[in-house]
Amino acid sequence: MNTRKSVATILGGAVLLAATSLLAQAPVKVGFVYVSPIGDAGWTYQHDLGRKQMEAALSGKVTTQFVENVPEGADAERVIREMAQSGCKVVFTTSFGYMNPTLKVAPTYPNTVFMHATGYKTAVNVGQYNARFYEGRYLNGVIAGKMTKSNIAGYVAAFPIPEVLQGINAFTQGMKSVNPKAEVRVIWVNSWFDPGKEREAALTLISQGADMVTHHTDSTAVVQAAEEKGVYSFSYHSDMSKYGPKTQLSGTTHIWGEFYIKTIKDVMAGTWKPTSIWGGIKDGMIKIAPMNAAVPKDVKALVTKLEGEIRSGKRHPFVGPVVDQDGKTRVPAGQVMKDEELTKMDYYVQGVDSKLPKS
Amino acid sequence: MWLKFEARTEPSLLMRYLSPVLAVFLMLICGLVLFSVLGKNPMEGFKVFFLNPVKDTYGMAELLLKATPLMLCAVGLSVGFRANIWNIGAEGQLLIGALAGGWVALHFEHSTSPLLLPAMILAGALGGMLWAAIPAFLRTRFNANEILTSLMLVYIAQLVVSWLVHGPWKDPDGFNFPQTKQFQVHAMLPLLKAGTRLNAAFLVGIGGLVVGWVFMNRSFLGYQMKVAGQAENASRYAGFSAKRTVWFGMLAGGCMAGIAGLAEVAGPIGQLTEHISPGYGFAAMIVAFLGRLNPIGIFFSSLLMALLYLGGEQAQQYLNLPSSISNVFQGMLLFFLLGSDVFVYFRPRFARRNK
Repeated sequence: MNTRKSVATILGGAVLLAATSLLAQAPVKVGFVYVSPIGDAGWTYQHDLGRKQMEAALSGKVTTQFVENVPEGADAERVIREMAQSGCKVVFTTSFGYMNPTLKVAPTYPNTVFMHATGYKTAVNVGQYNARFYEGRYLNGVIAGKMTKSNIAGYVAAFPIPEVLQGINAFTQGMKSVNPKAEVRVIWVNSWFDPGKEREAALTLISQGADMVTHHTDSTAVVQAAEEKGVYSFSYHSDMSKYGPKTQLSGTTHIWGEFYIKTIKDVMAGTWKPTSIWGGIKDGMIKIAPMNAAVPKDVKALVTKLEGEIRSGKRHPFVGPVVDQDGKTRVPAGQVMKDEELTKMDYYVQGVDSKLPKS
Repeated sequence: MWLKFEARTEPSLLMRYLSPVLAVFLMLICGLVLFSVLGKNPMEGFKVFFLNPVKDTYGMAELLLKATPLMLCAVGLSVGFRANIWNIGAEGQLLIGALAGGWVALHFEHSTSPLLLPAMILAGALGGMLWAAIPAFLRTRFNANEILTSLMLVYIAQLVVSWLVHGPWKDPDGFNFPQTKQFQVHAMLPLLKAGTRLNAAFLVGIGGLVVGWVFMNRSFLGYQMKVAGQAENASRYAGFSAKRTVWFGMLAGGCMAGIAGLAEVAGPIGQLTEHISPGYGFAAMIVAFLGRLNPIGIFFSSLLMALLYLGGEQAQQYLNLPSSISNVFQGMLLFFLLGSDVFVYFRPRFARRNK
């Protein structure tokens, strides 16, 4: 009896093994849900670059599919479900508004791995990923602080959520670290993508004396407006130097490809875990855009040095003392800001010359 | 031989009902051409776009779910459109309805009362009516064109939603993200079929179509509004109140749009966010006209419109077509409908050119 059972077990195991190795040979299907059209710059464009990089690196082992311009309302759940239903082993949902829809779909497809970007909830088969964009902002701020003549930088921003405030504050910290007189002015456009409003906001900031502008919005309007006015700019999401060849000094660029490759490899190896990943320069998830020829050599050298320090963990953009606008010390001297504090940021640091919209 | 259009002595009833069918047919033909121009097998394209979305129960349920807000908005709008009341702002009324109903859900977040959902629906209807009352008032009091005012109020409604979810109504545990708390289970519309997302709002939509049909075809006020739309002078001569027509036309649209908004947030979304509607209030105008401003027609046209949305997603995922494919189909449909409607009033004739 016992022998027969163990023979059966062995046989069963062998069949299972054979089946898995057969399965392993079939390419892994990977789905991407995008919030906006891919276009030629911006948030979704960077994710799609990552998808292509992953597809090229794992050529033959993966196939990818994507749906763009998926509204963050009721439709997202259907698109995410359809991806899982059609056999995707991994689904990347790349916008904050997909968090709850992703969590609703996930329990029905326990064999699919869902990776949601920029949210905060996880589940057995749902992981989170985001990047420490503020590290790049800090370095951009250092360049701005060194090169500004008017000591005023302009910042066009979408909505006062922590991620955006981290960027504004890190830029300000960087700028003030090399130029105590520097100040940053912010205009909120209340939209992630509105080239008209973004442009108008940039022009307003420039007319108020800003000779450095940057943005946390999705279009290339701010970089273009700066190029027209001969004012320096820093791009966000994508390197937009083709829209500002003379004036884009640098930028903060999102790099998702390496992360996508690693995730797929982990899933294939069975070592994937539902964690929250928040990667920075060290992890290759963000880079600063190539510095313009207009950036002096010593500034370039300084930025490269600081970048190395951030990579090695020697420097943190929010090293104490971090003091907010009202004079309250948020991080005492000698400490660095904790991740929990970063994710709840709802204030401006000193050096930002605008008031936060009250809610 | 020359193609001439002769005015008909009377509008053709046959063409009135044939024209949407013709429009759909032309859209399909052009769709097939479009697929092949884009380098796809047209038959494969047709299958993915029009059949794949409804290949199983879940897909069918999704179709009905997607059609629900469209049919609700469209039937409300058609009451006004029949009387030449041009409410372009159903999108805004939908949003305010969602806010009003959502407020009830959030305010009574621990209520287990069976009256909670009816109260939410009522609040949604009132919210939509309130937003529609503004252009109605401006029209009847100051003779301001309701096309402009109702449209502009859409943008105000969007900003109000944005302000509330970024500000006072933000989920305190939501890491400052622009969303409210998720609605509790008693504030969610019950599902009609487990395993799908189809909820009771679909029945409300069907009810709305029935009420709309009875009102338009069996009530004196409905008759008055029809006369007002077809012959304004006759209507005035008969002593029908023009103001009442405006008020009723606007409020009917607002009421239904408000319910549609509530149905979205208390249905598939489950909370208030910035992205309540992907433009149902605007798409509903195409639905209303494609359905000949008739509730039975609207039922079918809302299904077709919903299918175009769903098909667009499938075409992206399986054919690598761009997301604008849905818009292209919607645009073709409206274009061909307007084109075909020429035949309602004109008769095509091939004639020799007369000297």
